[in-house]
Amino acid sequence: MWDYTDKVLDHFKNPRNVGVVENADGTGQVGSLICGDALKLTIKVNKETEVIEDIKFQTFGCASAIASSSVLTEMAKGKTLEEASKITNQDIANALGSLPEAKMHCSVMGMEALEAAIKSYRQGGKPVVFEQTQESKVICQCFNITEEMILKAVHVNHLNTVEDVTHFTKAGGACGKCKVAIQEILDKVLACELPNKKQEEKRPFSSLTIVEKIKAIENILDTEIKPKLNQDGGSIELVDLNGNIVTVRLLGGCASCIASQMTLKNFVGKTLQDKLDKNLEVKQA
Amino acid sequence: MKVIYLDNNATTRTSPEVLVKMIPYFTDFYGNASSIHTFGGSNKHVIEKARGQVAKLLNANPKEIIFTSGGTEGDSTAIFSAVNSYPRKKHIITSAVEHPAVLEVCKFLASHGYRLDIIGVDEYGRFNMEQYKKVLDEDTAIVTTMWANSETGTIFPVKEIAELAHSKGALFHTDAVQAAGKIPTDVKDINADFVSISSHKMHGPKGTGALYIKDGVRFMPFMRGGHQENLRRAGTENVPNIVGFGYAAELALAHLPEYTERVKSLRDLLETELLAQIPDTKVNGDTENRLPNTLNMSFGYIEGESILMFLDEEGICASSGSACTTGSLEPSHVLRAMGVPFQFAHGSIRFSLSRFTTLEEIQTVIKVLPGIIARLRAISPFKKA
Repeated sequence: MWDYTDKVLDHFKNPRNVGVVENADGTGQVGSLICGDALKLTIKVNKETEVIEDIKFQTFGCASAIASSSVLTEMAKGKTLEEASKITNQDIANALGSLPEAKMHCSVMGMEALEAAIKSYRQGGKPVVFEQTQESKVICQCFNITEEMILKAVHVNHLNTVEDVTHFTKAGGACGKCKVAIQEILDKVLACELPNKKQEEKRPFSSLTIVEKIKAIENILDTEIKPKLNQDGGSIELVDLNGNIVTVRLLGGCASCIASQMTLKNFVGKTLQDKLDKNLEVKQA
Repeated sequence: MKVIYLDNNATTRTSPEVLVKMIPYFTDFYGNASSIHTFGGSNKHVIEKARGQVAKLLNANPKEIIFTSGGTEGDSTAIFSAVNSYPRKKHIITSAVEHPAVLEVCKFLASHGYRLDIIGVDEYGRFNMEQYKKVLDEDTAIVTTMWANSETGTIFPVKEIAELAHSKGALFHTDAVQAAGKIPTDVKDINADFVSISSHKMHGPKGTGALYIKDGVRFMPFMRGGHQENLRRAGTENVPNIVGFGYAAELALAHLPEYTERVKSLRDLLETELLAQIPDTKVNGDTENRLPNTLNMSFGYIEGESILMFLDEEGICASSGSACTTGSLEPSHVLRAMGVPFQFAHGSIRFSLSRFTTLEEIQTVIKVLPGIIARLRAISPFKKA
């Protein structure tokens, strides 16, 4: 059971401005049947004043998706395109009182559909499906969420954790393979916001004692490598260290995987080289 | 507002007769069954009576039953016992449509060095026997598949699956949480090694279940500590709940014919009427071989949570395999394993009836649902209203 505000329930049960504007000047779409929610906005714009004179929506989705769309049409109606383009997902959520964390992506969808509708108007009215303008890297393959979309959500909503990002953008909500990548984006953002964070003094790998070397390798295995292998039902253990030769054993799903040699060389080997010492070599036990 | 409860695969109402039997064990006979004094110690006999009642539902010997905290504990106990009792065997088999209580345990083992094969299902949710035969081998420690599916009600051929498992020396466990009390569950007939069941799915109290452990099968306890349950499950016995579970099991057995007759006919009426009145609707699951109380339907082009919320306004409780209801963002793993198209998976609703369900309640659903579907389709961008 979700904790929906009365405002959400009101807009869900009595949605405003449902339908399609006739002879629309702009049409914006976002989402799909596959994603589980989709929104189509049509707008009528006064050519001289650029005021949105009429706006209607159609939504496939849950109660919060329908309510977000409905309240958005009320917010945008009567505004100029300039003013309307400044509506953020946070504004939509605020207008509804609040939205459950896991439903915040519904408000993001509203913001994106409006952005697409305005773009459609600017381009002469041809329907526009929301997408990122630059070729931003796709982080979440399941929901097609790009780095740019994640960064925007992180900045607007001051997100700190991977879970937050999933709630707001859906990224990482399905197979979860991109959670590490999302964490890396967050790390970057947080590192920028905390410029005074002291860099730990790092000694070169070659100058470590043998026990320190083993601990350093195990640390990388535990924090960087195992989490990814675990996602495919596998794991790894350190067997031996002789000079620069690291001997490991792949376990579980990885042991029987035909791509295990690739995993060993391209992933395990490369990670250890990047994080510790470029002279390290990985061998299968 | 009167509640129309059609979510009995999630949990059931504790039957009033069961509750009455439980109360004295809170108020008067609260002693510890392990105590030497008669006051507590005599509760041992009460537990043994319940064990007999539960054993009868499964056609088991009472000594083959241990009480647990529910279905989840039974599942974990069986699977961990099997792999720990046969440490050299490094392979486990399950199906793609299991409850998380089984699936997550198997995935945990896979991340700790076990080979895991997850057997798929066809579009009706039927177990892929050919795939199963191919992956089963002498290294398999345990095969664990459910008896009946919670979401679609599809019944698996557990007898055949067990026989094949035994032919390769593997143990067989079945999660019978949904099957028990709705269809006959004869553990001797299917020849299972472990069977887990839960009290609250059969009008007993929550937080209690049982695990059947076939006589002679290697066993290692999951919960360790005291000597309760003949050293097979530590922890002070939850006497009131066990008493309630015993009576719930006895009543479930007595009411079994009602499921195959009256409950089934109500479910069939609901299915026939909704299919006739609402276009772009399909039934999910194996309609030839399905629990008599379960109906899983997909309404195309709309989203399940929205349907549930309008049903809720009418006091009707059901559930959905849609992504939005769980917060998981992906539609039900069961429907996806069946390859149900996305436009249908998101709009799936499960109605699960019980022996307390009335004709009047079903008629109410038939009356209100077509309007709700039409209302939501009018908002949807995918469907011309």
